[in-house]
Amino acid sequence: MNRSIVTLSRVVRVSLVLALVFFVSVILSLLMGAADIGVIQGLRGLLWGWYEGSTLLTDSEKAILFSVRLPRILFAAIVGASLSSAGVVFQGLLRNPLAEPFILGVSGGAAVGAIAGILLGITALPFGLPLLAFLGSAVTVILVFVVGKGKSGINSHTLLLAGVIINAFFSAIIMFLISISSRADLHTITFWLMGDLSLACSLEIVTAGVFLVVSFLIIYAYARPLNLIVGGEETAMQLGVNVEQAKIVLFLAGSLMTAVAVSFAGIIGFVGLIVPHMMRMLLGPDHRLLMPASFLFGATFLVVADTIARVMIPHAELPVGVVTALCGAPYFIYLLKTRMA
Amino acid sequence: MSHVSLKKIGFRYDETRVLGDISFEVQKGEFFGIIGPNGSGKTTLLRIIDKILVPCEGSVKIGETDLYKIKRNDLAKIVGVVSQDFPPLFPFTAHEIVMMGRSPHLGKLKFEGKGDLDIVKRAMEMTDIFPLAGRPFGELSGGEMQRVLIARALAQRPEIILLDESTAHLDIKHQIDFLNLMRNLNREEGLTVIAVTHDINLSSLYCDRILLLSRGTVHSMGTPGEVIRESSIEEVYETKVLVDKNPKNGVPRVTLLASESRDYSRF
Repeated sequence: MNRSIVTLSRVVRVSLVLALVFFVSVILSLLMGAADIGVIQGLRGLLWGWYEGSTLLTDSEKAILFSVRLPRILFAAIVGASLSSAGVVFQGLLRNPLAEPFILGVSGGAAVGAIAGILLGITALPFGLPLLAFLGSAVTVILVFVVGKGKSGINSHTLLLAGVIINAFFSAIIMFLISISSRADLHTITFWLMGDLSLACSLEIVTAGVFLVVSFLIIYAYARPLNLIVGGEETAMQLGVNVEQAKIVLFLAGSLMTAVAVSFAGIIGFVGLIVPHMMRMLLGPDHRLLMPASFLFGATFLVVADTIARVMIPHAELPVGVVTALCGAPYFIYLLKTRMA
Repeated sequence: MSHVSLKKIGFRYDETRVLGDISFEVQKGEFFGIIGPNGSGKTTLLRIIDKILVPCEGSVKIGETDLYKIKRNDLAKIVGVVSQDFPPLFPFTAHEIVMMGRSPHLGKLKFEGKGDLDIVKRAMEMTDIFPLAGRPFGELSGGEMQRVLIARALAQRPEIILLDESTAHLDIKHQIDFLNLMRNLNREEGLTVIAVTHDINLSSLYCDRILLLSRGTVHSMGTPGEVIRESSIEEVYETKVLVDKNPKNGVPRVTLLASESRDYSRF
């Protein structure tokens, strides 16, 4: 057999390897940035100089490492893990390899909420912007559900169409809001739309982290049913899956993850599309392995992308969404070309 | 003891009546065939027994229990289905597909254990697909896919197996291999088989009893000798046939006649 089957020990082994890769990427990311700390000096500081009162690092170096870079890295990891896990769920549930977390319009709804918040000057309030963005995406999810639910339950195709249409509708509203906004607001809006990881405070990071862990545990409980659903909903029923219930839980948990990530970080594209594909090609389609792998690798992927965004242009910062799309689009074309052959 | 019993089943798709007043009982350990022309409601009937479709009238019992009181996961331990299936989108291997048959027997977060893997291996050997184990399901031929799906149903270890045109894509060797396997499980382990098929001759060879459906109602039911008669086949299928006896074992044998059943000269 050219691919070993998924066992608990394989899930653990793969997860440990990916966790190690993640850990290394976090360390490397910590050592890179505009403030010149030096790799050796930084590494020594991380190993032996992190505690209170150590003189290995200066106070400002400590502040940069642990109060500026570390929270941002953790935040990138949380957002990356959320979007990638949600991507796995949506691709499986909609049985569509082009599905991604934003496909049902969660991002469009969040954007309308966020832009409205920026225009109303709500950014000054703590949690103001994320709350409005979250509200926007929640409304969208409910709307898509109401449209997509027929009398015989949720139809994936209808849901997909509903998502596309609602997204298009929101795009129009976004364009309209942008056209009436002032120059100063425009800058904030654009950055939000491109995805920005520099906004988060530690309370927000903890909030997003809690949402991520809870919703991931929920979707992981449905990993095996999702395998069966990918093979067709009727087949899944014949093999004992309560398909209607599984779909609702997975849709809601996936949407929740996406909504939280988008609300705090803006629209960071491609992560949720590409990471599941990469992991599936590497490890196979079994969701019991695919979910934790995408979670961990998604975290790594966004940490790396955000590091590139921070250091690529000296004394300037790219929105991380630009980096993920710049790396993501060519990779996806490659994927399409090789898959077609 | 009756294993599956249907009482006065009626079913509609929107306004169109598909099934009406269908009643029959299948005994435990019986090999039961359902035949009938396209659109006579065979597959609908099977999907009702498997709780995919809910009839608008009548009741279904599995053993002594009302079908709608059985939880889906429990039902999957009793009833296995081999249907006409689409390949899954993502590249599951044949082995992984067969392993899905163990799903109803596993706890929510459990992985397949040694016992499950043995059952899966045996199911793959019985259907002659062990050499295909590592191949992606979507790359197999129609007949190979069919055998993988048969193996998946066997891995479920059901008491009742529903076959929906399960020999349609198989060559004659694998048709006979598969039906012999079904008959062995049927005779030796008391597996109840309900087979929907277009192949009247195969059903004549293997079934204890046959139900002939016509426009959603029972035309006739009984042993192959009672049901497969020239008059009833011609009436239900609207085609001229010759029915005689198989010289080896005396069961009815249907021969198609290339008679001009319709006049195409106008075209």
